[in-house]
Amino acid sequence: MKESSPLNLYKQLPQTNCKECGEETCMAFAAGLIDRSKKVEECKPLVKEAKYAKKLAALKSIIAPELKMVLIGEGEKQVKVGGEDVMYRHQMTFFNKPPFAYDVSDNMDEAKLVERVKKISTWKKFYIGKWESVEMIAVRSVTDDPAKFAACVKKVMENSDFPLILCSFNPAVLKAGLEVAAKARPLIYAANKDNWKEVAQLAFDYKVPVTLSVPFDLDALKSMVVTFAEMGLTDLILDPGTSPNGKMLQQSMLNFIKLRRAAVEEAQRDIAYPVMALPINAWMTTEDPVRAAYWESVLTAAFVIRGGAIMIKHSLEAYSMMPDMHLRFNIFTDPRKPVQVKPGIYKVGNPGAESPVFVTTNFALTYYTVESDIASNGIDAYILCINTDGIGVQASVAGGQLNPTKIKDASTEADFKWEGQKYPALVLPGMAAKFSGELEDLFGGKAKIMVGPEDSGRIVGWMKDFWPPK
Amino acid sequence: MAEKISLTDLNKTLSEMNVQSLEGVTIEGDVEIELDTGAGGVGPLFAYYFGQEAAKIALQLINFAKAVGYPVENLMQPVAVAQAIAPAPKDIAAAAAAVPAFKVASALASSKFSVGMDKTWRFPIQEVTIGATKADGGSRGHVVKLGGEKAMPFFPDAAMPHAPKITMDVFDMPIGMAKAVKMHYEDVMNDPAEWAKKSVKQFGADLITVHLISTDPLLKDTPPQEAVKVVENVLQAVDVPICIGGSGNPEKDPILLKKAAEVCQGERVLIASANLNMDWEMIGKACVDNGHVCLAWTQLEINSQKELNRKLMKVAGVPRESIVMDPTTAALAYGLDFAYTNMERIRLGALKGDEELTFPMSSGTTNAWGVREAWMVKSPNKQDSDWGDRMLRGPIWEILTGYTLAMAGVDIFMMMHPLAVAYVHEITQSLMGRIEAKTPDTANWLKMGV
Repeated sequence: MKESSPLNLYKQLPQTNCKECGEETCMAFAAGLIDRSKKVEECKPLVKEAKYAKKLAALKSIIAPELKMVLIGEGEKQVKVGGEDVMYRHQMTFFNKPPFAYDVSDNMDEAKLVERVKKISTWKKFYIGKWESVEMIAVRSVTDDPAKFAACVKKVMENSDFPLILCSFNPAVLKAGLEVAAKARPLIYAANKDNWKEVAQLAFDYKVPVTLSVPFDLDALKSMVVTFAEMGLTDLILDPGTSPNGKMLQQSMLNFIKLRRAAVEEAQRDIAYPVMALPINAWMTTEDPVRAAYWESVLTAAFVIRGGAIMIKHSLEAYSMMPDMHLRFNIFTDPRKPVQVKPGIYKVGNPGAESPVFVTTNFALTYYTVESDIASNGIDAYILCINTDGIGVQASVAGGQLNPTKIKDASTEADFKWEGQKYPALVLPGMAAKFSGELEDLFGGKAKIMVGPEDSGRIVGWMKDFWPPK
Repeated sequence: MAEKISLTDLNKTLSEMNVQSLEGVTIEGDVEIELDTGAGGVGPLFAYYFGQEAAKIALQLINFAKAVGYPVENLMQPVAVAQAIAPAPKDIAAAAAAVPAFKVASALASSKFSVGMDKTWRFPIQEVTIGATKADGGSRGHVVKLGGEKAMPFFPDAAMPHAPKITMDVFDMPIGMAKAVKMHYEDVMNDPAEWAKKSVKQFGADLITVHLISTDPLLKDTPPQEAVKVVENVLQAVDVPICIGGSGNPEKDPILLKKAAEVCQGERVLIASANLNMDWEMIGKACVDNGHVCLAWTQLEINSQKELNRKLMKVAGVPRESIVMDPTTAALAYGLDFAYTNMERIRLGALKGDEELTFPMSSGTTNAWGVREAWMVKSPNKQDSDWGDRMLRGPIWEILTGYTLAMAGVDIFMMMHPLAVAYVHEITQSLMGRIEAKTPDTANWLKMGV
């Protein structure tokens, strides 16, 4: 959406201030549409009443994202691809993190295939109060045999409900896969200069989104996009070519930047479709699996940062998935929302009179890390979360946002009943050890001050050595 | 169940009239008509012809009934029949014209792609030279140039004049390190000069940073006078430009760095660093007096960075060509989003002409090793998938932290792991088009054997 004034959106609203959307006024709702915190559908009268049909259509057209959003899959696991409005994340935020599709192929024996599918589907890591996981599976046809491909797709679907990318340049193979999977709305990969007519027919017949693969030639890519759009096929994903190395890698990066710029800065709607990156191509450059996985991560980072809207990847090693997932999380975190936790006292597990009270800051990353380290190890405890303006322990100790008075005040405000505790003890983060003396004085004997480990990952060991206090 | 017949078949059996055929329509049993419309739904055109066909059948049936003597006229509303076979109403005809049946194009359209440049980028980043050769009164084998960019890194608007540089960390006393890092430095940990040599010769460091951390009152409290001897040794051992870092102690660093600046007079080192919470003026002036470059360090806040840069220029008199900024590196998974966006905003602001921000940037990429995912043996969270081999997890953590910030505009990276140094070099050089390699046919990924 190029529109930045709520006033122009307000013109298309009922202007009745009915409050059904939860906002006090239609103007406030309009402002919510601008920053995309509100959706048109939340204005019930506009959607329901026939007299607003024209306004609804006008509004929808104004607020459509600059980069088209394409939906892949059905139901809960459906992924949103594209739908971006800005070039740089601080200009608003990036909305839809690029789904990672990990590959399987139709020449794998069944046991290996099922094992890989399960690994892809169950991988998870805890991070800032959420679980990170994979979103998609890409099925490659290595055999070029429609029957084998169909059987492989079927097996994958029996073992996972992830949205799929069906990958082959052979229309017969794609068709066989679609016969099995079309109802789940997979993405097909890909139409190219040789097969585009057949693949267009498939995309129409099965009503699925389609990738247009035209490497290293933006004129030819645009020509194909325009051709498909004219046929009425607009659920398109673009593959402008991901070179894994050499000068062509620079070319790939330039093309990604140009496509994103054309879409969001120049409003070139005829090319404003989500772009696919293929970090998996790193595996064509080397026999060394560590080198391939490292380079795949580097390519992933490159295109997560500059315009990749969906990716096909290969390495399931922890040393690939962890950094790649975290990087994507970081880049797609909404910079408008402070990553803070509400200060106060929190219960982890079922704490009681014999449980310790750990102190930490309200920086979300710190808080959730401490919480998960306590919870996942089955420890029952309280966490006293201090308002440090969302700054972590080390920095807030240095900067003064975490200090003894604040900790004492937080305990008082939370109205924590120290007298009910068998071992009234407050456990400081190891990095705040220097506060212990002053805190002892402030608490005046109501609670003992203990010094915990420097990293909350070591709370388990600390509990063994120091809890209950002697 | 009655046998299915198509509407057209029915029509044919009732009439000798030529009617347009309709595919995919079946009449089941007595009353149910099932439309096999495909996933496309019923288009207006289809609906219209279907209605017409049905009306024709009705007419046939009426005639048939009449012929056998049944008084049909009494039952039928002639008006309704007339309407059903009337020409399509205007709006339906228009809709039908607007949604033509799917037809594959006969040839690709011919279209040209073009996109403009960012016209708001009108000011280049200041070029800064670190190091001085004999000709300039120093003893370095070469100098390193930073800055000079006219666009965001690796963008099509303007080529970067200089590749990002990497300065490798050397400490003046053994320090705790992650296992994956330590294995590369165990043999030189007690000898900063040898450490520097190894980093340059074996690991390809562009520069060396000597961190005089032993001066920290909580560590060895080494007096500045004594600490700077290590710098002299390193200058003897290697001929690359160097950077000098303190311990971070706000009372002692200004005194230490001033001493270091004096000892290195003429070498044009990067003094790391001046910070708003210490005597930045003393450090800035020491840089001016001895011809060095000053690293201006702030904590993830663009306005503080502007304030410090302004003070260094206006109060301490540091010339523009002698300032590099360190806006703080928060590592991957530990605030990288803040560091990235802060730097990206700084660089964009500079290109648009904010003169308090038009300086090269530095990143303390080694911070990546502070993140638990980089060094911990296994996850403290029991529900996490296995964290795998930490010896391989650590280096990639440093690589991605550095590389991400390269995309935001960092010109010089302070790094530790040799593999991380090599990868950050390779990707940044690749994106500048400086690496020749045979590019595989990218269509082949579909069938590769991994």
